[in-house]
Amino acid sequence: METAYLIETVIKIVVILLIFSALAGIGTYFERKVLAFMQRRLGPTNVGPYGLLQVAADGIKLFTKEDIVPTNVVGRIFKIAPVITAATAFMAAAAIPFLPSFTLFGYEVHPIVADINIGILYILGIMGVGLYGPLLGGMASANKFALLSAARGAAVFISYEVVTGLSILAPIMMVGSLSLIDFNNYQIDNGWIVFAQPVAFILFWIAAFAETGRTPFHLIANDHEIIDGFGTEYSGMRWGLFFIGEYANMFFISFVIPLIFLGGYGDGSLLGALALLGKVAFFFFFFLWTRAAWPDVRPDQLMWLCWKVLMPIAVLNILITAIVMM
Amino acid sequence: MNNEQFNDRNVNDGYFMVDIEDYPTDGWGKFKRAVKRTFRGELFVGLWVVLREMIRFDIHTVKYPEEKMPIGPRYRAVHEMKRLWESDAERCIGCGLCEKICISNCIKMDTKIDENSRKEVSEYTINLGRCIFCGYCAEVCPELAITHGGEYENASDQREHFVMYEDMLTPLDKMTAGTQQEFEGFGAITPHEDERVKTTPLAY
Repeated sequence: METAYLIETVIKIVVILLIFSALAGIGTYFERKVLAFMQRRLGPTNVGPYGLLQVAADGIKLFTKEDIVPTNVVGRIFKIAPVITAATAFMAAAAIPFLPSFTLFGYEVHPIVADINIGILYILGIMGVGLYGPLLGGMASANKFALLSAARGAAVFISYEVVTGLSILAPIMMVGSLSLIDFNNYQIDNGWIVFAQPVAFILFWIAAFAETGRTPFHLIANDHEIIDGFGTEYSGMRWGLFFIGEYANMFFISFVIPLIFLGGYGDGSLLGALALLGKVAFFFFFFLWTRAAWPDVRPDQLMWLCWKVLMPIAVLNILITAIVMM
Repeated sequence: MNNEQFNDRNVNDGYFMVDIEDYPTDGWGKFKRAVKRTFRGELFVGLWVVLREMIRFDIHTVKYPEEKMPIGPRYRAVHEMKRLWESDAERCIGCGLCEKICISNCIKMDTKIDENSRKEVSEYTINLGRCIFCGYCAEVCPELAITHGGEYENASDQREHFVMYEDMLTPLDKMTAGTQQEFEGFGAITPHEDERVKTTPLAY
């Protein structure tokens, strides 16, 4: 392996880690502000201009808090669970092209860590592994609410993963590749996949809410039912890792949806790159928007929805796509 | 302030029974209900409402330490002892009614006869750790001497430390400036009291 390639990849990884760790913090700021405005409040205002430094204050608080490992927990699993959530969230980012390739100081940069040929499978798989964080953390916590949360996590997981996989199958059949860059290039010639596959788009979007655990399906850490779920016994930076993982996941899934369905960065011009960022911003905003507007469903309702409604629709969608393609 | 909007009890207009359909019992009915709910777009109504509020930007937050809500003149916070307008002397005559009526037994007072053979209050304490701010003391006071004030920003190790008798008493410089506020709550003379006084029927 060339040294230049190694250095380039390491730099890319560091940049992605830094940017998305920071974005996770800024994401919490936007979440507070958007939710506050939608509820006629002001949100954070006191720390820094418009409360912008609230993120820094939270970071300082998380870093300096005492790291408590309660007495009856299964120590090793308890300690590794938050790392799983955060690490898998960033690992999934390896196969996402964040921007079209551009030239920097005469050197062509591809803003994707590894354009592997099983990109989507890899992303979905790693995001699926990410659920081990809440699951193991909840079971190791020796806390009834954390245990409930872990049980819910398992139930939610087996429900939405089916929908995610099946809904993404029809676009994959159309494109004939699993690489997100191929998806993007396919849509330059053939138009956005959302027009050919609106049902798959809606299904994947719904499943994305379950995947990230956002409000209509915010069951795993449902504050008003089971305190903070798997995070109940966590404090300080361990809890912060869960948090960073959750928000990084939201950003990455907000990248994946436009890349698969909404034309991605188009032909790779500056306008296309900005359009991709705009689409990502919309999907991230929608996560916050639904949190202000919609109630949570019960775990059994989510399972009903996934198994009895969304999965049959996804299967029908695949069948119809297959028949049309033949 | 007027209370007309609160006193209007005419609730007949605009109230109606909500039309609730019967819950479906068979599978087909449940299926129809699920389809209807899916395509009626109720979720988008919710989305629109919160987005509308965000765009309208009608913020109700009171930024507390900088801004404060006006409190009513009848608000019952920490007590105040008033002075006479004419002589700046304390209004309290040491009758002990407030001590007697206090339902949480938090007022303690001690009196003595002073050199002019008048009753004088020598000790007066309110244990705010016990006080429930019911306002009975202000209501019962015949001289409008003990009243409630509007000072609600207290901070201390213990509630007992909130106030000393000297702090409750209107300071003399406030009296010379003529800025002592009369209390409009319990026990105060209501406006137009003179018109409502009935002459004693002496005819019989």
